[in-house]
Amino acid sequence: MSDTNEMSNTSEQRRQFLKTSVGAAAVAIAPGMLMFDMAHGKTEAVSGKVRWGMLINTANCEDCDKCVKACNKENGLSGGLSPTDSQWIRKVELKDMRTERSLALPMMCQHCAEPPCVDVCPTGASFKRADGIVLVDKHICIGCRYCMMACPYKARSFVHEPLHDQKPDVPRGKGVVESCTMCVQRIDKGLQPACAEACPNKSILFGNLNDPGSEISIKMRTEASTQVRADLGLDTGLRYQGI
Amino acid sequence: MANHSPLRFKNRIFYALVAAGGLVVLMGLYAAHMMEGHGHIITGMNNQIVWGMPHVFAIFLIVSASGVLNVSSIGSVFNKPAYKARAPLAGLLSIAMLAGGLSVLMLDLGRPDRIIVAMTRFNPTSVFAWNIFLYSGMFAAVALYLWTMMEKRMNPWSKPAGLLVFVWRFVLTTGTGVIFSFLVARQAYGTALLPPMFIVMSFAWGMAVFHVAQSSIYEWNEKLLDPYVQKRMKNLMGVLVIAAFYFVAAYHLTNLYFARQTGFERFILLDGGIYPLIFWIGYFLLGNLLPLLLIYHPALGKSRSILSASLLIILGGFSFLYVFIIGGQAFPLSIFPGYQVTSSFGDGAIGLYQPSLPEIMLGMGGVGIAFLITTIGVRVLDFVPHELPKSA
Amino acid sequence: MSKLFALLAILCMCASATATEIYGMPKLDIGKGGQCVADPQWMRKNHMRVLFQQRDETVHQGMRGGKFSLKNCIECHASLRDNSVTGRADSFCEGCHSFEAVKIDCFECHSSKRSSSLVQGESK
Repeated sequence: MSDTNEMSNTSEQRRQFLKTSVGAAAVAIAPGMLMFDMAHGKTEAVSGKVRWGMLINTANCEDCDKCVKACNKENGLSGGLSPTDSQWIRKVELKDMRTERSLALPMMCQHCAEPPCVDVCPTGASFKRADGIVLVDKHICIGCRYCMMACPYKARSFVHEPLHDQKPDVPRGKGVVESCTMCVQRIDKGLQPACAEACPNKSILFGNLNDPGSEISIKMRTEASTQVRADLGLDTGLRYQGI
Repeated sequence: MANHSPLRFKNRIFYALVAAGGLVVLMGLYAAHMMEGHGHIITGMNNQIVWGMPHVFAIFLIVSASGVLNVSSIGSVFNKPAYKARAPLAGLLSIAMLAGGLSVLMLDLGRPDRIIVAMTRFNPTSVFAWNIFLYSGMFAAVALYLWTMMEKRMNPWSKPAGLLVFVWRFVLTTGTGVIFSFLVARQAYGTALLPPMFIVMSFAWGMAVFHVAQSSIYEWNEKLLDPYVQKRMKNLMGVLVIAAFYFVAAYHLTNLYFARQTGFERFILLDGGIYPLIFWIGYFLLGNLLPLLLIYHPALGKSRSILSASLLIILGGFSFLYVFIIGGQAFPLSIFPGYQVTSSFGDGAIGLYQPSLPEIMLGMGGVGIAFLITTIGVRVLDFVPHELPKSA
Repeated sequence: MSKLFALLAILCMCASATATEIYGMPKLDIGKGGQCVADPQWMRKNHMRVLFQQRDETVHQGMRGGKFSLKNCIECHASLRDNSVTGRADSFCEGCHSFEAVKIDCFECHSSKRSSSLVQGESK
C-alpha cells in the first residue's frame, strides 16, 4: 500500500463492501453477542460507592448455629473445632460479669474501614476491596501470620493442613491465612452472604451502608447499634445491637 | 605453628565441630521440609498461638545479631582500642546470627516457596516489609564494615562504615520491637516501650554471645584474655543486664497500674502456669540474679564465671522471649471487655501450646547456621582479636 | 498462493506430528474441547499471563465472568472421564506441565474438577 492514490478507488469500493457486510453480520450476530456478553462479559470493577456491612441483632440470636453451618457449607470448611481448624464465623456466648445478663452473637471478620491486618501485611495480600470487604489474596500471602497477631477480633485462621475437594468458587489452601469473605462470591452475583440468608430470625441484616435508603442504613439511623471494640476506632462494617 | 601433632588434633576437632554444626543445620532443614509437606499441623502452633518456638529462636538470633555489634561500635565510633581489636569478630557473629535468625523466620512461613513475593511486593505500611529491607541492609552494611576493617587500603573508611552500622542496628532493633508495638489489640504488646526495651536487651544478649564466642576462641588458641579487657567487658555486660531488667520491670509495672491490664499481669507473673514459672526461674533468677552475682561478686568474676554468666544471660533471653511471645499470645484477646466469654474458637480461654520437635529442630537449625558460619569464618579468615601491644 | 499456504499447513502438521512422536510429547485429553477462547497455539504460550491478569482483576476488583477464568478452562477441558484437569498422565493441565517440568501452583487451592459436575453431584 505504498501508493495510496492509485489504490484509492479500489479501496473505496472495498470499504463500501466491508461496511455493508459488517452491517449485515452485525444484525445477524448482535443478539447472540449480547447473550454472550451477558454470559461471559466481565462485570464492572467494584466501586467505593458501595460499602457492604451487616447489622446483627443479638436480641433475636437464638441458641442455634445455622449461620455457622451455612458458612461452612458455602465455603467448604470442614466444621472441625480444634485449635488448628479454620472457623470463619463462630457463635460467642457472653455473660456480663456484673449483672449476669447473658447473650449470644455470631462473631466474624468485622470488615473494618481501617483494618489492622491490611496495615501490617508485608506483601499486600491482606487488602480491602473498594466496596469495603476485607480479603486475603491467597496468591501472594506468604503465611507469616502477622495479620492474625494484629486482628483485634481473632477473625482469622491459618490453614494448617493440605486441603482437598475445595469449592470451585472458594479456593482455599495450606499455608495461607483466611477469614470471612462476606461470601464475596455470592455478593458479586447479587446474593446475600450465606449466614445472613440462613439465619431463621433474620438477625443478620446485610446491605449497603453507603446507600441512605437501604434497609440497613435506615435501621442503623433509627436504632442504637455498636461496633465491637469501638475504642480502637477501626470503623467496622459489622454493627451489633444489644451489647 | 611449630608443633605439628597438636595442630593435626585441632584440625580434627575443627572438622568434628563443622560436622556437628552441619548435622544440626540438616536437622533444621529436615524439620522445615516436614513442615512444608504436612503443614503447620505438626508444630504446636495453632490459630491462637500463631507464633511459636521458631519465632523465639529467630527473634533471639536477630536481636543478638544487632547487639553483638556493640563491641564494634564502641571500638569504631567511640574509639576504644580494646574493643576495636574485637570489631571484626563482632561483625562476623552479627552476620552469622542474622543469617541463622532469618533462615528460621523464612522457613517457618506458611509458603516459604513464595519468599520472592516478599521481596518484590512491598506494603509500605507494614513493619514486616520495612524489616525485610532493614535485615538485608544490615547484611550489606556489616559486610562493608568488615571489608573496611580487614582490607588495609580501606582502613580509613572503617570509621564511617562503623557509624553506618551503628545507626543501622539501632533502626533494625527498633524495627523488631515495633513489630510488637504496633499490635494495638494485644494486651501483652502495643506499647512504645518495646523498641527501647529490645535495644537494651540486644546489648545485653549480644555481649553475652560475644563473650561465649570470644572465650571459646581464646581457649582454642590457648591465648589468655588480658585481665584488664576482661574486667571492662564484664562490667559493661553487668550494666547492660541491669539496664535490660530495668526496662522489663518498667513494662510490667506500667501494666500493673492499668486496671484493664491487671488480668494479663496476673496471668503472666502469677497464675499462668508455665509462663510465670519460666519468667521467675528462667528469666529473673537464672537470667538476671545469678549472672549479676557471678559478674559482681568479689570472689568470682574470673573468666570461668563470666562464661557461665554469659551462658545464663542467653538462657534468660530465651526464657524472656518465650514468655513474651508465647505467653503474650496465650492470654485471650479482650474482644468484649466486661463480659465473660466462651466460644468454639477459644474466645476467653487461655491458649494451649505444646512446642513440638520439628519447630524446636527448626529453631536449633538457625543456631546451627550461626555456629557454622562463625566456626568456618574464624578458621579461614583473620577474625581472632589481635591485642594491641599497649592495650592499657 | 493458497497452494503454498496449504502446503505450509500440511508441513506444520507433519512437523508437529513428528515432534509428538519423537519427543514423546503428551497426548492430552482435552475434554469437551471445541472452540477455545483464543487461538490454541497462542493459549499454549500465554495462558499463564491471561490467567494471572484475570485472577488479579477478580480478586481485587471483583470483576467476574471474564473469558480467561480458570473455571472456564476447566469447564471445557476437564476430562470427560473423571471431570478433572489433573491426576492422570494425560490430564489437560498436568500432562503438559509434567512434560515441561513446570510446577502448577493452582490446584493446591483451586478445585481441579469441572464445577458443573460438582453441582450435579452435590444432589441439591
